[in-house]
Amino acid sequence: MKNYKAKVEEGFFKVLMIGSMVIVLSILLLILSTVIWKGLPALDFAMVTQTPKGGYYLGKEGGILNAILGSICLAGGATILAFVMSLPIAIYLHLFADRSRIVDLVRLALDVLWGVPSIVYGAFGFIILLWLGMRASLLGGIIALALLELPILTRGMDEAIAMVPGALKEASYALGSTRLETALKVMLRQAAPGLLTAILIAFGRGIGDAASVLFTAGYTDRLPVSLFRPVASLPLAVFFQLSTPVVAVQERAYASALILTLIILALSLISRRFAGRLTQHVVR
Amino acid sequence: MLKPHIRIQDLNVWYRDVQALQSVTAEIPTQGITAIIGPSGCGKTTLLRSLNRLLEESVGTRVTGQVWLDGVNIYCHNMDVTEVRTRVGMLAPKPYPLPMSIYENVAYGRRIHGLQRVLDKGNGRNLDKIVEHYLRMAGLWEEVKDRLWAPATRLSTGQQQRLCLARALAVEPEVLLCDEPTSALDPLSSQMIEGQLKTLKEQTTIVVVTHLLRQAHRLADHVLFLWMGELVESGPATKIFSNPRDERTRAYLAGDIG
Amino acid sequence: MHLAQAAAFRHKRQRSEGIAKRVTGLLTLAATLLVPLIAIALVFGAKSILVAKPLSELLFSETWQPLKGLFGFFPFIMGTLWVTALAMFISVPPSVLTAIYLAEYASPRIRALVKPFIDLLAGIPSVVYGIWGILIIVPFIGNYLAPIINGLFGYVRLFRNDNPTGYGLLAGGVVLAVMVFPIIIAVADEVISAVPQGLKEASLALGATRWQTIRLVVMRKAWPGVLAAVVLGLSRAFGETMAVLMVVGNVPCVPHSIFDAAYPLTALIANNYGEMMSIPLYKAALLAAALILLIIVLAFNVASRLVLIRLVRVD
Repeated sequence: MKNYKAKVEEGFFKVLMIGSMVIVLSILLLILSTVIWKGLPALDFAMVTQTPKGGYYLGKEGGILNAILGSICLAGGATILAFVMSLPIAIYLHLFADRSRIVDLVRLALDVLWGVPSIVYGAFGFIILLWLGMRASLLGGIIALALLELPILTRGMDEAIAMVPGALKEASYALGSTRLETALKVMLRQAAPGLLTAILIAFGRGIGDAASVLFTAGYTDRLPVSLFRPVASLPLAVFFQLSTPVVAVQERAYASALILTLIILALSLISRRFAGRLTQHVVR
Repeated sequence: MLKPHIRIQDLNVWYRDVQALQSVTAEIPTQGITAIIGPSGCGKTTLLRSLNRLLEESVGTRVTGQVWLDGVNIYCHNMDVTEVRTRVGMLAPKPYPLPMSIYENVAYGRRIHGLQRVLDKGNGRNLDKIVEHYLRMAGLWEEVKDRLWAPATRLSTGQQQRLCLARALAVEPEVLLCDEPTSALDPLSSQMIEGQLKTLKEQTTIVVVTHLLRQAHRLADHVLFLWMGELVESGPATKIFSNPRDERTRAYLAGDIG
Repeated sequence: MHLAQAAAFRHKRQRSEGIAKRVTGLLTLAATLLVPLIAIALVFGAKSILVAKPLSELLFSETWQPLKGLFGFFPFIMGTLWVTALAMFISVPPSVLTAIYLAEYASPRIRALVKPFIDLLAGIPSVVYGIWGILIIVPFIGNYLAPIINGLFGYVRLFRNDNPTGYGLLAGGVVLAVMVFPIIIAVADEVISAVPQGLKEASLALGATRWQTIRLVVMRKAWPGVLAAVVLGLSRAFGETMAVLMVVGNVPCVPHSIFDAAYPLTALIANNYGEMMSIPLYKAALLAAALILLIIVLAFNVASRLVLIRLVRVD
């Protein structure tokens, strides 16, 4: 057979490829089942509804409501702040920028920002806080997280807008609309599902990051009430509880990790459902 | 009368739920040019692509029936599809030069079937000769002989199509399928391609799909007329063009429909 | 008057256009200036140590004893480089193969089924990866993998195991590799799928197998994009803090074997946050570590940009 060698080679690589995919999927399954296996036993109603009481870190009552609400406030505030900057930047890159040199430079800067480790954002936020004379607080955490989310969100929006067919943009211009009107009325509508996905991905990253809030948000057992007081976060809650010698508290760490994972899973499902809802107006 | 090179028997093709070809039974004579004509959307390209089994590369296609190439059914279970495609070559409407040099494009077919360039000195010389031979056959040699190693994408569209012709011929197929081979080309390049095909028909069976009736007049020795997925009429070109049996054929040839 | 109204309205629209251009442009400028801003802030914060110690000592000394005022970053730089390299080594082949499979071989049903799960993997927080690492990977390496490989290949320094626990480079590399899979797969899949169908058919019509078409044609066209995917994954692995901190051992020595414990720069900063206020120069040292990280990221991005441009031009 003339092509015998080629067929054997193809068969060999097919095995490798399918094997790789199976490994990747199995690992996902393994991670999820590990978190569920260790976290579920310690997960109870109190965990989700109470803040840590007196002897919580020694194994007594309480929960991590402080961290759950804290994370939501941190990631929520950060995502809003990042969004306010990202959307204009994405619009500028696609509609207003007139020189490709500038666009390249901006994209390079955004790529660098994307690659900056989250702990560096934390360190930077820390310096800013010191300089302003503030202590670790919700606001500090929001700023650091917003910096982290900015390149992620901008990239996601950039890609969502890039997928809008050029012909659509031109059709809008041909009707005499200005760039701003085109941006707001046509392109954002068309890119809406992609934009939503980008926002939820950025939010998910914000809620799961520990390094940037470590220096800037501090930690507390109280619920988040003020922008200028320290705030708890789920990743740090997991980490601190894991580091104690008390077994009961370590088990609570697993439960906290499970709660965090469930939030991420919920975000994923919401993003899929709503992105689907938003595509009804989208032009194919 | 020579035995037909390709015999199509009760061929049906579905794209998902839409039936594109209905019970097509036809014969393609050995050598010479057979033209498949008909209005757009009637299944000409589908029929062509079922002859080298390229159809199954599109998702959702279903094929029933048989296609006999020299007495062997290319759709039979254990048939090696890569061997079918080696015996039945194809020229696409839009030229797609592979992302390599002109030389490597022509040599590609040989390479994937095992012939390397450098290893054996004897073979190396042979490959150079093979590349030159087929570039000449496609009428491209004079224009590219000094830049064989330049990227193929630098050629003009007409040159690219001739390159694709050389590339297809280098595999030495018995049958060459041409899907609207000049539709993307300027008139001069179209003329060159048509000229090459007329020369090639002496040794190779050529099947051309075209929506240009004049082109069919110029090239065809044999004609298959398709209408809405059905084979309406087939026969020698002179007979079909001067005295079509079916009313639809007559209407199409007169320009009343399609 | 109708005409006057229309003219005034048009004027207002032009004005909003001008404002919009200026506002978006300004915000873009601000974002671009963030990088130098962060660099300046870090230099400022690290000033005291940068002034007190010669650069060569900071970068190349292996001694890290803050209490004695000795700050050699070399072990941490090595730790970061080793664990990132190991992570890429482990993750690139399976990721690229999976991406090729999804783009070229998988039926639309399998693709639709698998892709959401891979996206899910991308969203899992780093602490969860860390927990998985501690519970599954570290014991596996410590109890099974390390002794076996040490027994078989221990004569090679790279595979020698002096570490009784499983906490070390390999654990860090595995955890990071898994974090990086979904990034490489997603981007590579997109790039490979973008190769025009006509090009693939041109190869198939000549009698090539699907794999030959992929190897000789598709990858030739798609390799810059796949490389960009790998670079993206590398950035992520390089910058990760939490997950790697939990499994890598955190011992400030230059690693020589994949089983040695190591201490990447990110982990260094995170771990010593509590103590830095009490020891002189410690705070500046940690900020200097952050500065080193930033400079590596910057240099790497610029370099890979240049390389990619140069290589694509040649093609």
